[in-house]
Amino acid sequence: MSLFQIAWRNFCYRSLSSALTTLSLALGVGLVVLVLSIYGLITEAFVRNASVGCNLVIGPPGSDLQLVLNSVYYLSQPVENLDYEYYMEFLDQPTRADLVARYGGDPALGTRPGKYSSAIAGGFAIPLALGDYLGEFRLVGTTPEFFEKLKHGVNVDEAFTFREGRALQSSSTEYGFYEAVLGSRVAKEEGLAVGDTFSPVHGDPDGVGHDQKFTVVGVLDPTGTPNDRAAFVNLEGFYLMDKHAQPVTEEEQTAMAQPTVAYEGAQPLPIPAREVTSILVRTGSMLFGATLPNFINESKQARAAAPIGEINKLMTFIVGPLLTALLVITLITCVVAAVGVLVAIYNSMNDRRRDIAVMRALGARRDTVTMIILSESLIIAIVGGVCGWLAAHLAIWSASGYIEDNTGVAVSMFTLSTYELYILPLVIVLALVAGFLPAISAYRTEVGSNLAA
Amino acid sequence: MTQILQIQSLTKTFSQPGGSEPLTILDIPQFEMAEGEQVALIGQSGGGKTTLLHLIAGLLMPTTGTIRIDNIELTKLSEQGRDRFRATKIGYVFQTFNLLPAFTAIENVRLGMTFGHGRIDSSRASELLSRVGLAERAHYRPGQLSVGQQQRVAIARALAGKPRVLLADEPTANVDPASAESVLELIRTTCKDENIALVLVTHSMDVANRFDRVVQLETINRALKPLTPAA
Repeated sequence: MSLFQIAWRNFCYRSLSSALTTLSLALGVGLVVLVLSIYGLITEAFVRNASVGCNLVIGPPGSDLQLVLNSVYYLSQPVENLDYEYYMEFLDQPTRADLVARYGGDPALGTRPGKYSSAIAGGFAIPLALGDYLGEFRLVGTTPEFFEKLKHGVNVDEAFTFREGRALQSSSTEYGFYEAVLGSRVAKEEGLAVGDTFSPVHGDPDGVGHDQKFTVVGVLDPTGTPNDRAAFVNLEGFYLMDKHAQPVTEEEQTAMAQPTVAYEGAQPLPIPAREVTSILVRTGSMLFGATLPNFINESKQARAAAPIGEINKLMTFIVGPLLTALLVITLITCVVAAVGVLVAIYNSMNDRRRDIAVMRALGARRDTVTMIILSESLIIAIVGGVCGWLAAHLAIWSASGYIEDNTGVAVSMFTLSTYELYILPLVIVLALVAGFLPAISAYRTEVGSNLAA
Repeated sequence: MTQILQIQSLTKTFSQPGGSEPLTILDIPQFEMAEGEQVALIGQSGGGKTTLLHLIAGLLMPTTGTIRIDNIELTKLSEQGRDRFRATKIGYVFQTFNLLPAFTAIENVRLGMTFGHGRIDSSRASELLSRVGLAERAHYRPGQLSVGQQQRVAIARALAGKPRVLLADEPTANVDPASAESVLELIRTTCKDENIALVLVTHSMDVANRFDRVVQLETINRALKPLTPAA
């Protein structure tokens, strides 16, 4: 019989004690694995959420974090807005001229390029207008560019795809300015599909409903980004809802060109009456990504924040320490479980001294009986570690649908975090350390006196 | 005849609590056994019989003197050497059987081979269990066996490693008379069949008188006063 077989027999013989000791270790390991998995999920969810395809978010002066939270995560309330003309500073001259022609505004705006347009060449600037809700979900007024140019995914190379329907258009022959695209979770929870209509609510989820109805023309596939939790409407339709227009002075009215587009007699809001909550920007080069925020922030008109930087700060200074504290607590649980192994084996030593003495009388060496005791610790560590790991992953797997719906992170039974690879060796080392004291006791067992006992 | 066991000038002294003068338990100038010889060792309780068996088994080291078994000077071996020696040369049957409760009968017998050459001869383990009449109880745990059956398993275990000397410390003391008779016969027959020298400690003169030689410890141990013959 091998030493391991002897140890396994002893483990089985003291089945209740062994099972309880192993269970306590399994619970410890399971907790650590769960915490590590949650840590991994949160980290990946943050990375995915931060992978929004833009390297800058431009908004009114204020907190960078709040700007990122409300423009990227659709959380928190936007405080102020930016003039649409400020947004136009990111556009080249032909685009500006086209906007003036289409929507009406000061013709002088279309005669020059925007002052930041050179930094955007090869990239994009997508306006967002926030403030309304569909149920509990944020309504995001934006342009078709949002679905054409923004990418998502860990490598920021995945285009938006549609579970059904298509992207919204600035003005379609079917629904004019009033088209909407829903994030996957919004469609699921609000029970809306392509062809359905809805009226947004102004200000907050319990606010007054707008009269204007939007028609759903597309539902996005899940992306694992906050866009799953947003309802996108055409910016032009957004502007035409009650209380969304800035007053236009008589002077501005007189100076501006007349819009060239209309739908069922309704004209789009003229440029002077427009505002945007924020602008998602991807600069044409990395160099501009570093210098553009300085220009913008120095101007005091607006604020430029880097979403990844803000998310990393949030992760590093708030979420990370909380998760680390949780991890430390669970590691302490593991150490307590290992102490339980020590206590259980050590307490059993009194009952086993005669067995050890008998083995010694049969020719077992001191280090042989020591190895048998350490092997028992090893068995508890392996069985407890594997059971704990499996239990934790079963729990994660059973909640995988919920996790994917809420974070967009797909998890399977065997989704591993890197740290998990260290758990079993760590548990084995802990258990061997715990088994060391009883093993020494076994090593020192007096044969003669214990045979007579 | 070839000598299997030779003891020369053996003493064993134990220190006493409270700093009293050390107590000499054994002082044996000479004791020898021939190969395959069967010796009954009798003596008063506390006279050092078990201590002598432990010394022969290498479980204890003598204070002075030498013990040579199968031409190996036991007292010159390291502790690991004595462990290996015990695993390969000595079989030990205890008064209280000392079977390991976590293991079945057959596994207890295999344990007798585990610490020696490292090879488990499963057929020999089965054969030994058959020889002690417990082939059908091979997978029973000690707690499921009667005391007589447990002692039979203990005998099979002691013989598993093909020892040169079998030490039996009052093997019939805890079994009923009928079982005692069969256990005794089993030990003696098996040792004879396998040419194993046997030292059996007993308090029964009926048992002792069946042996080739009866050794009263007091006669070889100068640390003890000879017993006065009963009137």
